[in-house]
Amino acid sequence: MSAPWTLIGLTARHGRRAVLEQASLTVAAGEVVGVVGPNGAGKTSLLRAGLGLLALDAGEARLSDRPVGALAPEQRARLVGYLPQDRRLAWNLPARMVAALGANDLVEDAADALALDCLARVGGDALADRGVLDMSGGERARVLLARLLATRAPLLVADEPVAGLDPDAQLLTLELLRAEADGGAAVVVTLHDLGLAARACDRIVVVDHGRIVAEGAPREALSRDVLGQVFRLDGRLVETPAGPLLAAKRL
Amino acid sequence: MNLLRLCLLMLLLLVGAAALAVSLGETPLSLAQYGQALSHPASPPGEVLWSIRAPRVAVAILVGGALGLSGATMQGLLRNPLADPGVLGVSALSGLGAAVAIASGLAAAPGAIELSALVGALLAGGMVVALAARFREPETLILFGVALSAFGGALTALVFNLSPSPVATAEIMAWLMGSVQNRDWIDAARALVPMALGVVLCLRAGRGLRMLTLGEEAARLSGLPMTRLRVFAVAGSALLTGAAVAAAGVIGFVGLAAPHLVRALVRDDPKRLLWPSALAGALLLVLADLAARLIPTEQELKLGVVTALFGAPAFALLAWRASRSWRS
Repeated sequence: MSAPWTLIGLTARHGRRAVLEQASLTVAAGEVVGVVGPNGAGKTSLLRAGLGLLALDAGEARLSDRPVGALAPEQRARLVGYLPQDRRLAWNLPARMVAALGANDLVEDAADALALDCLARVGGDALADRGVLDMSGGERARVLLARLLATRAPLLVADEPVAGLDPDAQLLTLELLRAEADGGAAVVVTLHDLGLAARACDRIVVVDHGRIVAEGAPREALSRDVLGQVFRLDGRLVETPAGPLLAAKRL
Repeated sequence: MNLLRLCLLMLLLLVGAAALAVSLGETPLSLAQYGQALSHPASPPGEVLWSIRAPRVAVAILVGGALGLSGATMQGLLRNPLADPGVLGVSALSGLGAAVAIASGLAAAPGAIELSALVGALLAGGMVVALAARFREPETLILFGVALSAFGGALTALVFNLSPSPVATAEIMAWLMGSVQNRDWIDAARALVPMALGVVLCLRAGRGLRMLTLGEEAARLSGLPMTRLRVFAVAGSALLTGAAVAAAGVIGFVGLAAPHLVRALVRDDPKRLLWPSALAGALLLVLADLAARLIPTEQELKLGVVTALFGAPAFALLAWRASRSWRS
């Protein structure tokens, strides 16, 4: 079976500055891949370039083995669901209508039913008829996560899905994404909390200065060297009953 | 509220307002004369109703509806509650077209002003469409529209400056203030063609407008052909605005206010907003024109003056009450 997402030597420049440099990555069905790196390292650019949202100077991105640029909009939408970092919404639509935007391939009634189902999964039953601009940031994040789930795509890409959320909501978000992976989807998330990334992901990709500098199982990818060189941290992952925790101080 | 029920309700209001606008006017008619007008359309009272007032009301409905739909489309596309039909510069270039026609003496030919105004609108629309196909962020379009509006305004001022006679200057001024006075059925029919095309395009763009709630990037990956829908929205809005300016001059506030009047009734949905906003615009303009005719002044009030005069305070009040839902 072809991999849901294949990135081959992605290179993108902004003026003379390299935003991405020879970034290659393959994401398989059923795994949760965490993309980590300092601010401005190129995490979001990697996701955007891989989805055809950022013009490339070299390299190729493939969704289920088809070049992303050659896909018609509705084909691309069937292959990937994307949750952008920016959670701003333009209008005060009811939550169920926003969630249903993930399923615009369905007729309105079916999309609405699916939207309610997805809202229930993210613990947002009570939000269904509330306007999204009347909500707190955390509630809005749930609604947008429900929209992502409603896409039912084989590749789910979430940019900072837990930013600004309370601990319970952070864990719930990653649990739900894990459930999608268990259901056969490939999941890619960018995260800033390295401990959380180590606990929630099968594989970690470390991005720095537009390059993928380390990749592998959490303990390998987040080695002492990487923590020091990329994140300027003196630290290590400590095993606990709840999973690995990052113990670190600034270098 | 159910969309169909809302539209039917508004349609009922519009029919009522239109009936009122046809029956009331400067010339008071007796009950017997109304009867005569209904039974003998060719009689003098019939002429007043069917050849003077009715086409004027029809043009008001078309222009108001076009501005309401155009405004709702622009607000949805640009994700901005302050957008109006003129935001992309179409009104300004359309007005310029009319001014050029009047100043150059072309206006003597029937339909020349309207045609020239429409050409101006299509010129602006073409530029904006080309831009909308290339640039995705609303800010780019808005900035370009501001520049185009300023440029159109400057050229119109230049026309005033170089205008050969004070008569032409006064005529341009009067035309730019907007009016549906003395419009006949031919004017209504002329406006209908570009407007019908504009309506189709704007309605087709509706799904895209709703999707844009999520922002540009999520919309691009939503499966909708966003570039095409964006072009539809801009082209449709330009056609509607251009045809409206060509038919009645530059009329402010209707296109800005109409979407806000009904937005809450469709739970802010930019797609379902389109029809109700068109109906609200038509209703507003019929009532404004009725006010313009009934307010006893030496010279009949211009429609653009009335809409701004009543519209501005009403809109401020509306904005005050709605400010809560505009948080981003």
